[in-house]
Amino acid sequence: MAFIDYYQILGVSKTASEKDIKNAYRKLARKYHPDLNPNDTESNKKFQQLNEANEVLSDPEKRKKYDQYGENWQRGEEYEKYEQQKQNRQQGAYTGGNTSSFEGFGDESFSDFFQSMFGGGGGSRGRQTKYRGQDYNAELQLTLKEISETHKQTLTVNGKNIRITIPAGVENGQIIKIAGHGGPGVSGGPAGDLYITFLVAEDQRFKRDGSDLYYTYKLDLYTAVLGGEITVDTLNSKVKVKVKPETQNGTKVKLKGKGLLVYKKENQFGDFYITYEVQIPVNLTEKQKKLFEELREIANQVKS
Amino acid sequence: MTELNLIATSDICRYHEVEYTFISSLEEAGLIELKVVGKTTYIPDSELQKLEKMIRMHHELEINIAGIEAISHLLQRIEQMQEEMRQLRNRLRR
Repeated sequence: MAFIDYYQILGVSKTASEKDIKNAYRKLARKYHPDLNPNDTESNKKFQQLNEANEVLSDPEKRKKYDQYGENWQRGEEYEKYEQQKQNRQQGAYTGGNTSSFEGFGDESFSDFFQSMFGGGGGSRGRQTKYRGQDYNAELQLTLKEISETHKQTLTVNGKNIRITIPAGVENGQIIKIAGHGGPGVSGGPAGDLYITFLVAEDQRFKRDGSDLYYTYKLDLYTAVLGGEITVDTLNSKVKVKVKPETQNGTKVKLKGKGLLVYKKENQFGDFYITYEVQIPVNLTEKQKKLFEELREIANQVKS
Repeated sequence: MTELNLIATSDICRYHEVEYTFISSLEEAGLIELKVVGKTTYIPDSELQKLEKMIRMHHELEINIAGIEAISHLLQRIEQMQEEMRQLRNRLRR
């Protein structure tokens, strides 16, 4: 556990007045407030540090304690305990009001350093207390095949099992909100929400663009020249495709409606695009070579 | 139809210590939607998070209604851009 320089966090000197501290906090809070920095964990972290620094430095008693012990805070804590024991002895069976279950932001938003020096999270916040539970964020890895159909999956978030429906066609990075499955509310407030980010892994065979799929088919030279029929494995089925004679390398063919299910649309599918990559034969036999030479001669004759 | 949970604005005012004019000004600015049933004004719970966010801006950052309005529009644009960036990143992966 490291010592935290609260003055540095707020960018003020040790001799700063209460007003200076208030102003510095306000200025920085406007910059890093989570409401103004959506999806920015870096800012959120900074804001928590700001709050902690402000909690200490804006409270004359806490500031005094912090200044007094400074980097020797660990010893200070022992001293404090000793003082407390002494007091307890003097006051007899006094049971302090330190057991309040009211914790404002929740303990986890303050650093270990803060906790060890001042105990639980600060409760001097008054009306700013967050009553709503914390929002949780989770990530879920999915394969292309898994998102080709709407399915249900059970997730474990913070020890609780939640069964969610994953709609077909979700995008990589798409976030869904599951209301009420975040952290519990404080003092009877509503629970936070759970946000799940879907991470759709790249597929080795298919490239995806929205609900369209792209696939490169290695077409043998003979079928490309003479035409024929091939079988293509799409994501969930096999499709027979006719290849036109004299198909050029790089030709694209569209199989309408053979792509992914469009997100939140029933029975509406994207398209499946095949790009032909014509394979030039290798390791030719003598006979094949001879026939190709013949073909070349004929081709030269046709040209001239 | 999904059922709407409505919360009386007077409850919110008491709870968050804001004045009713604050909430009604936000509605006038088109930032939140209110529902009137009988003689009482309610806020649908789907709007609550938005409203609480604006109350936080007002209390914690001392931003006035005009400021909240401007910030809300900018935030909306940021969120749209983040969404667009995500989609573009996905396309780059191809």
